[in-house]
Amino acid sequence: MWAVVDRPLVAEGLTKHFGEFVAVDGISFSVEPGQTFGVLGPNGAGKSSTMKMVSTVSPRTGGCLQVFGLDPETDGRQIRSRLGVVPQEDILDVDLTARENLMIYQRYFGVPWKQTRAKADQLLDFMQLGDRGDSKVEPLSGGMKRRLTIARALVNDPEMLLLDEPTTGLDPQARHLLWERLYRLKEQGVTLLLTTHYMDEAEQLADRLVIMDNGVIVAEGSPSELISKHTTREVVELRFDDDEHNAAGLAQVASEAGLRIDELPDRHLVYANDGDALITHLRASGVHPLGTYVRRSSLEDVFLTLTGRSLVE
Amino acid sequence: MKALGAGPLPVFERNAVAFRNQWWVLLSGVAEPILYLLGMGLGLGGLVGDVKLEAHLVSYPVFVAAGLMASSAMNGAIFESTFNFFFKMKETHTIDAMLYTPLRMRDVLLGEVGWSVARGGVYSAMFLVIALAFGTIESWWAALSLPSAILIAIVFSSMGTFFTTYVRTWADFDLMQLAILPMFMCSTTFFPLSVYPGWAHPIVQATPLYNGVALIRDLHTGLVGWHDVGHVLYLVLMGVLFAWLTIRRMSNLFFA
Repeated sequence: MWAVVDRPLVAEGLTKHFGEFVAVDGISFSVEPGQTFGVLGPNGAGKSSTMKMVSTVSPRTGGCLQVFGLDPETDGRQIRSRLGVVPQEDILDVDLTARENLMIYQRYFGVPWKQTRAKADQLLDFMQLGDRGDSKVEPLSGGMKRRLTIARALVNDPEMLLLDEPTTGLDPQARHLLWERLYRLKEQGVTLLLTTHYMDEAEQLADRLVIMDNGVIVAEGSPSELISKHTTREVVELRFDDDEHNAAGLAQVASEAGLRIDELPDRHLVYANDGDALITHLRASGVHPLGTYVRRSSLEDVFLTLTGRSLVE
Repeated sequence: MKALGAGPLPVFERNAVAFRNQWWVLLSGVAEPILYLLGMGLGLGGLVGDVKLEAHLVSYPVFVAAGLMASSAMNGAIFESTFNFFFKMKETHTIDAMLYTPLRMRDVLLGEVGWSVARGGVYSAMFLVIALAFGTIESWWAALSLPSAILIAIVFSSMGTFFTTYVRTWADFDLMQLAILPMFMCSTTFFPLSVYPGWAHPIVQATPLYNGVALIRDLHTGLVGWHDVGHVLYLVLMGVLFAWLTIRRMSNLFFA
């Protein structure tokens, strides 16, 4: 019992209905202290609904949910005082400057005015916004707004930080800067719970993750565990002309070797442990693709294997 | 255990900090009733002469100034609790961001309503000073007209917030103008109740602005009576009713 209470987050058969629509359909998972826990899934999988229930702004329809061992329904204030929330939209205060955003937000947590300035400046520096303190929100770039939103979620030194699709819509440089900062928070011992529909983000950041689809968890484990359990070491991508002969030849070779094929609109994916050997074997069997590409398998392939469709929509 | 927020005060402070860049909106809030006082009160007043209030005669500028003071409380409160609140709720989602902190919905709403009441109160206070300068205050009872104006601001602020929870787009605010403008014109602001036909009296008397205007007019002229207790009770009840409705409605909207 002690161990359960000590975990920052425990969900057991958690459900969320909006009228007839079932957004979250009985999911169970738990997060260890200091862990970075990823929730991977396409839009509409139930990720944001789960995040909103954890951040106490949306009541659950059924099941059990404990945050820091407390019930969000009855202990919302206590939970929120120890939680940092980075919602999907930045929702910064556009009437205020960047620094004022951080100062006022501390006031919402009951920090005395005199202490707010130093903390605001410290967080601006940490998020590489030190020279933007007096700027209003609107002129900031997308990456800066995101970093300011994360800085705002850190004003109460949260024990757990919730990030709902933190890098959606950011350019690669802004994403890498953000990952690096999140990694530093993790090193400081902050528990991170993040949703994403980018598999590289989940592979980079998450110690452990669940894959959600249609409101249920379809797989759980570390990124490497999931890859080794649900897919092969390599994936061969093949492109053919319209000739039926090639596709039929591929199907026969694969079934003889016991390999799985996914047929996408523009290409075929073949799951194999040795991609190059497969291509050699295909050519010898009279199958001639227009293009071939051998790569390491990723979480995208895990998702495709489990649901039969592509992750990013 | 960390401290759990500071109640509604930080929400009020947030608005005060944001307001530092918009203080000039106070100018329009005080300029409007002054123009009405000059145009209607002094200009038209020369043609109208005195107005009969029950058994007493009151000069027209005195009559109009009381109505304008009540209206300025209404205008300040309505502007904040509708346009500005809608902006924070639907456009910038500043309200959503507040709810991720230990603030509760009632803290947020009390802070927001408190701020719009402050704006209505400041409008009324500025107008009271001007009314004194124009010599339209005839009794020491008028000292109570400022708290009365604040009560009026509370009523319109909670009504305005409640209305705003139903607003879908900016165009919906035109519906509100359809209610506010006739009320401003017809709540005995510019003409006494006696000019209306008998059947219209209960309609006028049922409006919150009428009760506010009548109360402040009695205080400015010193013609105070037990019926003023009725006006105060009416305003308190309306304020409590709409504050309760708003908290209920907002909780349903946000914690879905």
